Amino acid sequence: MPQRLLSDPEQLRAAAVRIRKNIVKMLGRSGSGHPGGSLSSADIMTVLYLNEMNVRPEEPLWPGRDRLVLSKGHAAPVLYAALAEAGFFPEDELLTLRQWGSRLQGHPDMRTTPGVDMSTGSLGQGLSAACGMAIASKMDGAPWRVYALVGDGELQEGQIWEAAMTAVHRKLDNLTAIIDLNGLQIDGTTEAVKSLRNVADRFRVFGWNVIETDGHDIPAIMKAFAAAREAKGVPTCIVAHTIKGKGVSFMENQVGWHGTAPKPDQVEEALRELAAAEEVRN
Amino acid sequence: MAEMIATRSAYGKALVSLGARRNDVVVLDADLSKSTMTAEFAKAFPDRFVQMGISEQDMMATAAGLAAAGKVAYASTFAVFAAGRAFEQVRNSVCYPQLDVKVCATHAGLTVGDDGGSHQAIEDIALMRVLPNMKVFVPSDATVTEWIVKQAAEVPGPVYVRLGRLPVPVLYQPDQRFEVGRAATLRNGNDVAIIACGLMVSKALEAADILIAQGIEARVIDMFSIKPLDLEAIACAAADCGAIVTAEEHSIIGGLGGAVAEAVTSAGKCVPVERIGVADKFGKSGKPDQLLEAYGLTAESVAQAALRCIARARGM
Ligand SMILES: Cc1ncc(C[n+]2csc(CCOP(=O)(O)OP(=O)(O)O)c2C)c(N)n1
Ligand SMILES: [Mg+2]
Repeated sequence: MPQRLLSDPEQLRAAAVRIRKNIVKMLGRSGSGHPGGSLSSADIMTVLYLNEMNVRPEEPLWPGRDRLVLSKGHAAPVLYAALAEAGFFPEDELLTLRQWGSRLQGHPDMRTTPGVDMSTGSLGQGLSAACGMAIASKMDGAPWRVYALVGDGELQEGQIWEAAMTAVHRKLDNLTAIIDLNGLQIDGTTEAVKSLRNVADRFRVFGWNVIETDGHDIPAIMKAFAAAREAKGVPTCIVAHTIKGKGVSFMENQVGWHGTAPKPDQVEEALRELAAAEEVRN
Repeated sequence: MAEMIATRSAYGKALVSLGARRNDVVVLDADLSKSTMTAEFAKAFPDRFVQMGISEQDMMATAAGLAAAGKVAYASTFAVFAAGRAFEQVRNSVCYPQLDVKVCATHAGLTVGDDGGSHQAIEDIALMRVLPNMKVFVPSDATVTEWIVKQAAEVPGPVYVRLGRLPVPVLYQPDQRFEVGRAATLRNGNDVAIIACGLMVSKALEAADILIAQGIEARVIDMFSIKPLDLEAIACAAADCGAIVTAEEHSIIGGLGGAVAEAVTSAGKCVPVERIGVADKFGKSGKPDQLLEAYGLTAESVAQAALRCIARARGM
């Protein structure tokens, strides 16, 4: 049975708020980076690292661990915040994001950050790497699973669809792709830039087991991962409906917050709002 | 007459013996396994062969994932697609994370022949050599190919091996010893040094025969290890011979000739370097020998370059 760090949805919710606060703080300090897509996947990443994935924070390279490929590598802040929350490295280190000499590079680097399973940053490549890992797991008859978090704009990369074919062809039921369907990319909405039409349908047509979920509803996300484990002979795609910038009202659904760091007063405002959200829950 | 074996054939054979020895070796191909010769591995070890279909970019990043999970992944397709189509996957998913992916690209150079310019990679050495963490090998015959293919599994991190379609003479005895980063000197001489790679090594040997008739003793160096480069062999060639000719089945820009020129100037040697290769042009359809002739990749043109080079050295 996987070792779950947290199983109570309320505790996971609280952890997601802490992760969001850390995203805001890190980006405020670094002065550059990507808040929108980090916040939109905060709940998914919380569930992954604190509940779904079988990992050993004290032994990041444990061969039997589940792996995550952050295919949308620009959301590195949410990965780092989740890894710190899980205990892979001290929370203080988050504030070194993007600085000279830091272990927290602008985009994920598997050779410098404990817990990062694949280097990413160039969109469209991570799902292939996840397939490679899943194939290796199958070759070895190993139980460990692979997860890939993919952006919706990222689906415009042709290589994603090459990998989508690979995963089905090789029956990678140990692979779960999560699409962060926040509807925004850099130059505008995905609809305006190049429409994805119906993402769930597209994966279904490729032969994937598709599960749609609210990407901010923790119990629903947990349920989706549980269902993915049950699928046999096919990979699962969780299409997570999300809001870019989720949790910080002035960033929500704003295309401009894709790759702009908050200024000090905006950090304060965001942290106040997140603290209030924490209190409402308590 | 030496036995003729294509380096791609030697690759296919070496993979099978490597696969028997190491069960962490996996092989990927993109619908060209009969041409790249990985089909032999696929037949011997079907569970460790991953047919990727016509998806070179997916193949390189999938190989990276396999390597990240502890496998040694050999990925094969034509050089144009391996180094060109999937360049950025090799850069970001393989080289940047220093993964154990061994890109073994066949059908490099003009001698692809009839398929024409779209299929004749003349830029792959340049593209692969510029990548940090990447090692680049261009074997000249079946013996050194076998050694490189097996050695690639031992050296950690990314490797690019450039292989040819055309059968080429076997130059080395089976018991020849090789070393990464060490060129093999096939002929001694102090009048001019011919530094070659791939099939141009056998042309360089023929050129040395032409030159000897004119009383010129050429040193012939097989620079199969392009990266790491044998800087010492180049510096010695410059010091001893005072004139260097490079010969490769690749653009004269950025390949072996470029690397040697960089090394010569870095070593502070003031010697002329003549580069024989494809002169900044694309290839065309034709028979391999016609193409080598048309593009000046012959023993005669190497010998002439040697004479030019010696004359330039005397004038300096
Ligand atoms: C191959 C590649 N092209 C362009 C970029 C620059 N880029 C970074 S993020 C981004 C938009 C991503 O949009 P999406 O996938 O929807 O991510 P999210 O909305 O979750 O942030 C782009 C174009 C990149 N990182 N990689
Ligand atoms: Mg998006």
